[in-house]
Amino acid sequence: MAELTYLQAISDGLRTEMRRDKRVFLIGEDVGVYGGAFKVSLGFQEEFGAWRVIDAPLAETAIVGGCTGAAIMGMRPVAEMQFADFISCGWDQLVTVAAKQRWRAGTPVPMVVRLPSGGGFSGGPFHSQNPESSFAHIPGLKCVCPATPEDAKGLLISAIEDPNPVLYFEHKHLYRRIKGEVPEERYTTPLGKARVHRGGDDVSVITWGAMVYTADEAAQQLGSDGVSVEIVDLRTVMPWDKAAVLESVRKTSKVLVLHEDTRSGGFGGEIAATIAEEAFEDLDAPVKRLAAPDTPVPFSPPLEKAFIPQVEDVVAGLRELAEY
Amino acid sequence: MAIAREAGPVGSLHEVREAGLDREDLLTVYRNMLVTRGVEERGHILYRQGKIPGSFYTGRGNEAAAVGVATAMGPDDVGTPLHRDMGVHITRGVEPWRIFAQYMGRQDGPTHGRDGNVHMADAQLGLIAMVSHLPAMLPVATGCALAFRIREEARVAVGWFGEGASARGDAHESMTFAGTRKLPVVFVCDNNQWAYSTPTHYEFATEHVADRAEAYGFEGVVVDGTDVLAVYREAKRAIEKARAGGGPTLLECLTLRMEGHAVHDDAFYVPKPLFEQWAASDPIERFRSWLRDNADLTDDEEDEIAAGVKKLLNDSLQRAEESPQPDPSRLAEGVFASPEDLDTPHHK
Repeated sequence: MAELTYLQAISDGLRTEMRRDKRVFLIGEDVGVYGGAFKVSLGFQEEFGAWRVIDAPLAETAIVGGCTGAAIMGMRPVAEMQFADFISCGWDQLVTVAAKQRWRAGTPVPMVVRLPSGGGFSGGPFHSQNPESSFAHIPGLKCVCPATPEDAKGLLISAIEDPNPVLYFEHKHLYRRIKGEVPEERYTTPLGKARVHRGGDDVSVITWGAMVYTADEAAQQLGSDGVSVEIVDLRTVMPWDKAAVLESVRKTSKVLVLHEDTRSGGFGGEIAATIAEEAFEDLDAPVKRLAAPDTPVPFSPPLEKAFIPQVEDVVAGLRELAEY
Repeated sequence: MAIAREAGPVGSLHEVREAGLDREDLLTVYRNMLVTRGVEERGHILYRQGKIPGSFYTGRGNEAAAVGVATAMGPDDVGTPLHRDMGVHITRGVEPWRIFAQYMGRQDGPTHGRDGNVHMADAQLGLIAMVSHLPAMLPVATGCALAFRIREEARVAVGWFGEGASARGDAHESMTFAGTRKLPVVFVCDNNQWAYSTPTHYEFATEHVADRAEAYGFEGVVVDGTDVLAVYREAKRAIEKARAGGGPTLLECLTLRMEGHAVHDDAFYVPKPLFEQWAASDPIERFRSWLRDNADLTDDEEDEIAAGVKKLLNDSLQRAEESPQPDPSRLAEGVFASPEDLDTPHHK
């Protein structure tokens, strides 16, 4: 085991697969000579060559569509969007072509799109978004949102191995802030299996990505008041581990669904609806949602703080549930 | 003023032999063009009989362009044909009964009723199924070429688009990427002069779509899309150039869409004299005359080919009508691929 940052764990996972499988290649803007805007692929071009670490033109449609074609021809492409926000320029290729190809034409499209997502550093409206809900809504796409370095590596390897288009949301605010033990050998972390980040008895928090840590700080605060909080880290939003969520709900009978994406139409709504449909009798309080307000992501620090759910917001929500 | 090279017609049988087609090949090309038109004519009848759900599209007038390019492709080459390119499916070997089943939404169509009309492909024949968003298949074809380049395989991808689709960013991004990396891809523009009701001068401001190729760093060629032999010669040249590492070509096949955008559209906006002018250059009639004048096509041969095509279409229709409706209980199957789905020649 080595202690790696979240970012180093992503690099480690990608390097592991590129060494193991010649079909895996990386393509994106500035991923080669520069090593990627966040340096995930630093040194990769030296190791793997310019035809496996490809500096693409500023053309997300060509990148995502190119990966689709290469995947159909038997490669295992990994595309890097410089920021998750720019996937809007590749939407058609992902949603119209890649997502539907297996179902309608029988042609699998095994590809990964890496999406540096999330806010917390004044990235503003176009460098901070969490668009996972938009893609989780599209039949045929998988959405992965690792929170820990160990999961970042294991989920990336699973995503590359998966025979489908997989969107891998890597939260930028975790890149260098979060460190953890990561096995040096190759391992996979299954898609669709949640992880109990913290066990507890009184209230459940269902969340993913950077919000796992916000929830954890809130849980620590409540712990000193004698409220025991369980945190379920979904790890993957599509497919999502309904069984693990329902198990936690049945245990605590109170649940907060938390995400950094905006509230209306966010994936939390799907989770809350499922809990209401399938675990209504187990609930001792209404399902509570906590998410960003329905605005674009703001730039200025006080505005961004008001946008992204903060520890005190989660504490307040959990207290409300605990006292219900 | 045109920047692209304007290719001339093919003259003699000798010239055709130079380009790699013997007399038997020529008769196959002729037959494929007849099957292409026959499939669409029979499809139209099925539509009028109420047997085809949704709408119905044909590529009448585009038979030479589609068959000519597909004939120039190698067995391991791949392509992304569109809704005017039935001739590509036929030339690559898709059986007409499966196309009729596709039209009717039956279980034995290539998409098993999950998608309609020409939204289909047989991956085993090197074809990738189109989507409605034109020209979204150009980046995909470019990606196929990228795979060939990474693996250093002597294979070529052919990506089709229309002159209307040339307005969209996908075309620009694909050609930019393919040009910068000299990828083995040939971009084929079916310029049939009308994107639904919109004429070419509202789609592009140059004389030809192929004039753009110069700006992407590769050759643009305009060819008469009703001349199957000229299309074949230019496609062959472009494909072999790409195979040899010479990078992309933009090949524009100029035709006229001889019917409406789809069956509901009577194309009132196309000037009548234009239809009359292009009807005189019908690709099948044109090639038939050429074969009689240059390759000694006899009445007997013509009759034999026509009878063979008629029987094929009759048998195919019957077989397609016997194909069952798809099973609604299986609707949710295959949204996601399973690892066994990767057990194909491409993924070994």
